[in-house]
Amino acid sequence: MPLTTTTALLAILIMALTTFTTRIGGAIIMSRIPIGPKVEQFINAMAGSVLVAVIVPLAAQGDWGARLALLATLVAMLLVRKPLIAITAGVATAALWRLV
Amino acid sequence: MSAKLDAQGTLRGFKRMAPVSLFVVAFGLAFGVAAIQHGLSSLETLLMSGLIFAGASQFAALELWGPTLPLTALVATTFAINARHLLMGASLYPWLRHLPPGQRYACLGVMSDSNWAMAVGDHQRGETNVGVLFGGGIALWTAWMLGTCLGVVFGSGISEPQRFGLDVIMGCFLLAMLVGSKHKPSLALLLPWCVAGGAALLALYYLPPNAHVIVGALAGGLTGMLIPQANPQKET
Repeated sequence: MPLTTTTALLAILIMALTTFTTRIGGAIIMSRIPIGPKVEQFINAMAGSVLVAVIVPLAAQGDWGARLALLATLVAMLLVRKPLIAITAGVATAALWRLV
Repeated sequence: MSAKLDAQGTLRGFKRMAPVSLFVVAFGLAFGVAAIQHGLSSLETLLMSGLIFAGASQFAALELWGPTLPLTALVATTFAINARHLLMGASLYPWLRHLPPGQRYACLGVMSDSNWAMAVGDHQRGETNVGVLFGGGIALWTAWMLGTCLGVVFGSGISEPQRFGLDVIMGCFLLAMLVGSKHKPSLALLLPWCVAGGAALLALYYLPPNAHVIVGALAGGLTGMLIPQANPQKET
Protein backbone atom coordinates (compact mmCIF):
# COMPACT_ATOMS: atom_id res chain seq x y z
CA MET A 1 0.00 0.00 0.00
CA PRO A 2 1.55 3.37 -0.99
CA LEU A 3 2.03 5.79 1.91
CA THR A 4 -0.55 8.58 1.90
CA THR A 5 -2.28 10.38 4.75
CA THR A 6 -5.32 8.16 4.28
CA THR A 7 -3.45 4.85 4.20
CA ALA A 8 -1.33 5.91 7.18
CA LEU A 9 -4.44 6.66 9.23
CA LEU A 10 -6.01 3.40 8.07
CA ALA A 11 -2.90 1.46 9.13
CA ILE A 12 -2.91 3.14 12.55
CA LEU A 13 -6.60 2.35 13.00
CA ILE A 14 -6.10 -1.31 12.10
CA MET A 15 -3.10 -1.59 14.44
CA ALA A 16 -5.21 -0.01 17.20
CA LEU A 17 -8.01 -2.52 16.61
CA THR A 18 -5.48 -5.39 16.63
CA THR A 19 -4.06 -4.20 19.95
CA PHE A 20 -7.52 -3.73 21.47
CA THR A 21 -8.40 -7.27 20.39
CA THR A 22 -5.37 -8.64 22.26
CA ARG A 23 -6.39 -6.65 25.36
CA ILE A 24 -9.96 -7.94 25.53
CA GLY A 25 -9.31 -11.27 23.78
CA GLY A 26 -7.79 -13.06 26.77
CA ALA A 27 -10.91 -12.58 28.90
CA ILE A 28 -13.20 -13.56 26.02
CA ILE A 29 -11.26 -16.76 25.34
CA MET A 30 -11.16 -17.64 29.04
CA SER A 31 -14.94 -17.27 29.32
CA ARG A 32 -15.21 -20.15 26.83
CA ILE A 33 -12.11 -22.37 27.06
CA PRO A 34 -9.08 -21.95 29.36
CA ILE A 35 -5.76 -21.17 27.63
CA GLY A 36 -3.60 -24.31 27.74
CA PRO A 37 0.07 -24.48 28.80
CA LYS A 38 1.34 -25.11 25.23
CA VAL A 39 -0.38 -21.99 23.92
CA GLU A 40 0.98 -20.05 26.88
CA GLN A 41 4.53 -21.30 26.13
CA PHE A 42 4.12 -20.27 22.49
CA ILE A 43 2.93 -16.77 23.37
CA ASN A 44 5.62 -16.28 26.03
CA ALA A 45 8.40 -17.29 23.63
CA MET A 46 6.91 -15.29 20.76
CA ALA A 47 6.71 -12.07 22.83
CA GLY A 48 10.51 -11.79 23.07
CA SER A 49 11.20 -13.42 19.71
CA VAL A 50 9.41 -10.72 17.77
CA LEU A 51 11.60 -8.08 19.45
CA VAL A 52 14.71 -10.12 18.60
CA ALA A 53 13.50 -10.33 15.00
CA VAL A 54 13.29 -6.52 14.81
CA ILE A 55 16.59 -5.83 16.61
CA VAL A 56 18.93 -8.34 14.90
CA PRO A 57 18.47 -6.88 11.37
CA LEU A 58 19.05 -3.39 12.82
CA ALA A 59 22.44 -4.57 14.05
CA ALA A 60 23.18 -6.50 10.85
CA GLN A 61 22.34 -3.63 8.49
CA GLY A 62 23.20 -0.64 10.66
CA ASP A 63 26.49 1.26 10.88
CA TRP A 64 28.95 0.76 13.75
CA GLY A 65 27.28 3.62 15.61
CA ALA A 66 24.03 1.64 15.72
CA ARG A 67 25.80 -1.63 16.60
CA LEU A 68 27.75 -0.10 19.47
CA ALA A 69 24.59 1.67 20.67
CA LEU A 70 22.79 -1.68 20.92
CA LEU A 71 25.78 -3.21 22.68
CA ALA A 72 25.88 -0.33 25.19
CA THR A 73 22.14 -0.71 25.84
CA LEU A 74 22.52 -4.44 26.43
CA VAL A 75 25.45 -4.04 28.82
CA ALA A 76 23.77 -1.18 30.73
CA MET A 77 20.53 -3.14 30.96
CA LEU A 78 22.28 -6.22 32.35
CA LEU A 79 24.22 -4.10 34.86
CA VAL A 80 21.64 -1.63 36.17
CA ARG A 81 18.29 -2.96 34.84
CA LYS A 82 16.99 0.56 34.27
CA PRO A 83 15.58 0.96 30.73
CA LEU A 84 15.88 4.77 30.67
CA ILE A 85 19.56 4.66 31.64
CA ALA A 86 20.24 1.88 29.14
CA ILE A 87 18.52 3.72 26.26
CA THR A 88 20.35 6.95 27.12
CA ALA A 89 23.66 5.04 27.14
CA GLY A 90 22.84 3.64 23.70
CA VAL A 91 21.93 7.00 22.17
CA ALA A 92 24.99 8.68 23.72
CA THR A 93 27.23 5.90 22.34
CA ALA A 94 25.93 6.40 18.81
CA ALA A 95 26.31 10.19 19.11
CA LEU A 96 29.89 9.89 20.41
CA TRP A 97 30.86 7.34 17.74
CA ARG A 98 29.63 9.63 14.96
CA LEU A 99 31.38 12.62 16.53
CA VAL A 100 34.77 10.98 16.01
CA MET B 1 -14.83 -13.05 45.63
CA SER B 2 -16.43 -10.20 43.76
CA ALA B 3 -15.33 -7.08 41.91
CA LYS B 4 -16.49 -3.49 41.59
CA LEU B 5 -15.43 -0.35 39.76
CA ASP B 6 -16.15 3.10 41.19
CA ALA B 7 -14.85 6.67 41.01
CA GLN B 8 -12.96 6.58 44.34
CA GLY B 9 -11.14 3.37 43.46
CA THR B 10 -10.28 4.73 40.02
CA LEU B 11 -8.84 7.91 41.56
CA ARG B 12 -6.81 5.87 44.05
CA GLY B 13 -5.49 3.73 41.20
CA PHE B 14 -4.59 6.86 39.23
CA LYS B 15 -2.57 8.19 42.19
CA ARG B 16 -0.85 4.86 42.88
CA MET B 17 0.36 4.76 39.27
CA ALA B 18 1.69 8.35 39.33
CA PRO B 19 5.35 7.46 40.15
CA VAL B 20 5.52 4.93 37.30
CA SER B 21 3.80 7.40 35.01
CA LEU B 22 6.75 9.80 35.28
CA PHE B 23 8.92 7.21 33.55
CA VAL B 24 6.23 6.62 30.95
CA VAL B 25 6.41 10.34 30.04
CA ALA B 26 10.10 9.83 29.22
CA PHE B 27 9.37 6.76 27.06
CA GLY B 28 6.59 8.67 25.32
CA LEU B 29 9.05 11.45 24.57
CA ALA B 30 11.44 8.93 23.06
CA PHE B 31 8.63 7.55 20.90
CA GLY B 32 7.54 11.01 19.76
CA VAL B 33 11.10 11.88 18.69
CA ALA B 34 11.58 8.52 16.94
CA ALA B 35 8.23 8.72 15.11
CA ILE B 36 8.94 12.20 13.75
CA GLN B 37 12.41 11.02 12.64
CA HIS B 38 10.78 8.10 10.80
CA GLY B 39 8.63 10.51 8.81
CA LEU B 40 5.30 10.32 10.62
CA SER B 41 3.31 13.54 10.90
CA SER B 42 2.50 15.02 14.31
CA LEU B 43 -1.13 13.92 13.97
CA GLU B 44 -0.19 10.36 13.01
CA THR B 45 2.24 10.13 15.92
CA LEU B 46 -0.35 11.36 18.44
CA LEU B 47 -3.06 9.09 17.03
CA MET B 48 -0.71 6.12 17.27
CA SER B 49 -0.02 6.77 20.95
CA GLY B 50 -3.62 7.61 21.75
CA LEU B 51 -5.27 4.69 19.97
CA ILE B 52 -2.67 1.92 20.15
CA PHE B 53 -1.15 2.77 23.56
CA ALA B 54 1.43 -0.04 23.47
CA GLY B 55 5.04 1.18 23.36
CA ALA B 56 6.99 -1.74 21.95
CA SER B 57 4.55 -2.39 19.10
CA GLN B 58 4.51 1.32 18.21
CA PHE B 59 8.33 1.41 18.03
CA ALA B 60 8.35 -1.76 15.94
CA ALA B 61 5.79 -0.24 13.55
CA LEU B 62 8.23 2.61 12.89
CA GLU B 63 10.74 0.06 11.62
CA LEU B 64 8.21 -1.09 8.98
CA TRP B 65 7.02 2.44 8.11
CA GLY B 66 8.16 3.52 4.64
CA PRO B 67 7.13 4.78 1.19
CA THR B 68 4.97 1.66 0.91
CA LEU B 69 3.08 0.53 4.00
CA PRO B 70 3.27 -3.25 4.52
CA LEU B 71 -0.17 -3.63 6.10
CA THR B 72 0.05 -7.38 6.67
CA ALA B 73 3.46 -7.12 8.33
CA LEU B 74 2.28 -4.20 10.47
CA VAL B 75 -0.77 -6.09 11.72
CA ALA B 76 1.11 -9.35 12.28
CA THR B 77 3.94 -7.59 14.14
CA THR B 78 1.49 -5.62 16.27
CA PHE B 79 -0.34 -8.82 17.11
CA ALA B 80 2.81 -10.77 17.90
CA ILE B 81 4.18 -8.10 20.23
CA ASN B 82 0.86 -7.54 21.97
CA ALA B 83 -0.19 -11.19 22.15
CA ARG B 84 1.06 -11.16 25.75
CA HIS B 85 -2.07 -9.09 26.52
CA LEU B 86 -4.08 -12.25 25.82
CA LEU B 87 -2.36 -14.00 28.73
CA MET B 88 -2.58 -10.92 30.94
CA GLY B 89 -6.31 -10.50 30.28
CA ALA B 90 -6.87 -14.22 30.78
CA SER B 91 -5.13 -14.08 34.18
CA LEU B 92 -7.45 -11.30 35.34
CA TYR B 93 -10.62 -12.97 34.01
CA PRO B 94 -11.51 -14.71 37.32
CA TRP B 95 -11.65 -11.23 38.88
CA LEU B 96 -13.18 -9.21 36.05
CA ARG B 97 -15.93 -11.72 35.27
CA HIS B 98 -17.85 -10.25 38.22
CA LEU B 99 -18.05 -6.86 36.47
CA PRO B 100 -20.71 -5.87 33.92
CA PRO B 101 -19.28 -6.44 30.40
CA GLY B 102 -19.02 -2.72 29.64
CA GLN B 103 -16.87 -2.04 32.70
CA ARG B 104 -14.86 -5.21 32.13
CA TYR B 105 -13.85 -4.24 28.59
CA ALA B 106 -13.23 -0.62 29.59
CA CYS B 107 -10.75 -1.85 32.21
CA LEU B 108 -9.09 -4.23 29.74
CA GLY B 109 -8.97 -1.48 27.10
CA VAL B 110 -6.47 0.47 29.21
CA MET B 111 -4.60 -2.60 30.49
CA SER B 112 -0.82 -2.20 30.21
CA ASP B 113 2.08 -4.03 31.86
CA SER B 114 2.35 -1.89 35.02
CA ASN B 115 -1.32 -1.58 35.96
CA TRP B 116 -1.83 -5.26 35.14
CA ALA B 117 0.96 -6.20 37.55
CA MET B 118 -0.57 -4.03 40.30
CA ALA B 119 -4.02 -5.46 39.60
CA VAL B 120 -2.72 -9.04 39.94
CA GLY B 121 -1.28 -8.07 43.33
CA ASP B 122 -4.56 -6.48 44.45
CA HIS B 123 -6.56 -9.49 43.34
CA GLN B 124 -4.27 -11.88 45.20
CA ARG B 125 -4.69 -9.80 48.38
CA GLY B 126 -8.44 -10.23 48.09
CA GLU B 127 -9.18 -6.64 47.02
CA THR B 128 -12.57 -6.29 45.34
CA ASN B 129 -12.07 -2.80 43.86
CA VAL B 130 -10.60 -2.99 40.35
CA GLY B 131 -9.84 0.76 40.34
CA VAL B 132 -6.09 0.18 40.10
CA LEU B 133 -6.50 -1.42 36.68
CA PHE B 134 -8.78 1.31 35.30
CA GLY B 135 -7.42 4.38 37.12
CA GLY B 136 -3.83 3.20 36.75
CA GLY B 137 -4.45 2.63 33.04
CA ILE B 138 -5.80 6.16 32.63
CA ALA B 139 -2.71 7.52 34.42
CA LEU B 140 -0.40 5.55 32.11
CA TRP B 141 -2.31 6.62 29.00
CA THR B 142 -2.22 10.28 30.04
CA ALA B 143 1.53 10.08 30.70
CA TRP B 144 2.14 8.29 27.37
CA MET B 145 0.22 11.02 25.49
CA LEU B 146 1.95 13.84 27.37
CA GLY B 147 5.36 12.32 26.60
CA THR B 148 4.47 11.79 22.94
CA CYS B 149 3.41 15.46 22.65
CA LEU B 150 6.72 16.60 24.14
CA GLY B 151 8.59 14.26 21.79
CA VAL B 152 6.75 15.58 18.74
CA VAL B 153 7.60 19.18 19.65
CA PHE B 154 11.21 18.32 20.50
CA GLY B 155 11.71 15.95 17.54
CA SER B 156 10.38 18.45 14.99
CA GLY B 157 13.12 20.91 15.97
CA ILE B 158 16.05 18.59 15.12
CA SER B 159 17.40 18.58 11.59
CA GLU B 160 20.24 16.04 11.83
CA PRO B 161 18.97 13.28 14.13
CA GLN B 162 21.83 10.86 13.31
CA ARG B 163 24.42 13.25 14.72
CA PHE B 164 22.76 13.01 18.14
CA GLY B 165 22.22 9.26 17.90
CA LEU B 166 18.45 9.75 17.87
CA ASP B 167 17.95 7.25 15.03
CA VAL B 168 18.96 4.40 17.35
CA ILE B 169 16.30 5.14 20.02
CA MET B 170 13.91 2.58 18.53
CA GLY B 171 16.40 -0.30 18.57
CA CYS B 172 17.69 0.60 22.05
CA PHE B 173 14.16 0.83 23.44
CA LEU B 174 13.16 -2.57 22.06
CA LEU B 175 16.38 -4.15 23.31
CA ALA B 176 15.84 -2.69 26.80
CA MET B 177 12.29 -4.08 26.81
CA LEU B 178 13.58 -7.47 25.72
CA VAL B 179 16.15 -7.73 28.51
CA GLY B 180 13.94 -6.15 31.15
CA SER B 181 10.63 -7.79 30.32
CA LYS B 182 11.33 -10.44 32.97
CA HIS B 183 12.97 -9.75 36.30
CA LYS B 184 15.47 -12.52 35.75
CA PRO B 185 16.35 -13.27 32.13
CA SER B 186 15.08 -16.80 31.74
CA LEU B 187 17.58 -19.20 30.18
CA ALA B 188 14.66 -21.21 28.78
CA LEU B 189 13.89 -18.25 26.51
CA LEU B 190 17.44 -17.83 25.16
CA LEU B 191 17.07 -20.73 22.72
CA PRO B 192 13.80 -19.44 21.20
CA TRP B 193 15.33 -15.97 20.96
CA CYS B 194 18.44 -17.28 19.16
CA VAL B 195 16.27 -19.23 16.75
CA ALA B 196 14.18 -16.09 16.19
CA GLY B 197 17.28 -14.01 15.46
CA GLY B 198 18.68 -16.58 13.02
CA ALA B 199 15.37 -17.04 11.24
CA ALA B 200 14.89 -13.27 10.98
CA LEU B 201 18.35 -12.85 9.40
CA LEU B 202 17.72 -15.63 6.88
CA ALA B 203 14.32 -14.16 6.03
CA LEU B 204 15.89 -10.72 5.69
CA TYR B 205 18.22 -11.93 2.95
CA TYR B 206 16.15 -14.62 1.22
CA LEU B 207 12.48 -13.71 1.67
CA PRO B 208 10.38 -10.72 0.50
CA PRO B 209 10.81 -7.43 2.42
CA ASN B 210 9.28 -7.22 5.92
CA ALA B 211 8.74 -10.98 6.22
CA HIS B 212 11.60 -11.24 8.73
CA VAL B 213 9.63 -10.04 11.77
CA ILE B 214 6.84 -12.58 11.36
CA VAL B 215 9.23 -15.40 10.44
CA GLY B 216 11.35 -14.69 13.52
CA ALA B 217 8.34 -14.41 15.83
CA LEU B 218 6.82 -17.68 14.63
CA ALA B 219 10.14 -19.55 14.67
CA GLY B 220 10.83 -18.38 18.24
CA GLY B 221 7.30 -19.08 19.41
CA LEU B 222 7.31 -22.60 17.98
CA THR B 223 10.72 -23.32 19.52
CA GLY B 224 9.45 -22.16 22.89
CA MET B 225 6.40 -24.35 22.57
CA LEU B 226 8.35 -27.46 21.57
CA ILE B 227 11.20 -27.41 24.09
CA PRO B 228 10.28 -29.22 27.30
CA GLN B 229 9.75 -26.97 30.32
CA ALA B 230 12.07 -28.02 33.14
CA ASN B 231 9.91 -26.52 35.88
CA PRO B 232 6.44 -25.68 34.64
CA GLN B 233 5.24 -24.48 38.08
CA LYS B 234 7.78 -21.66 38.02
CA GLU B 235 6.29 -20.18 34.87
CA THR B 236 3.98 -17.25 35.53
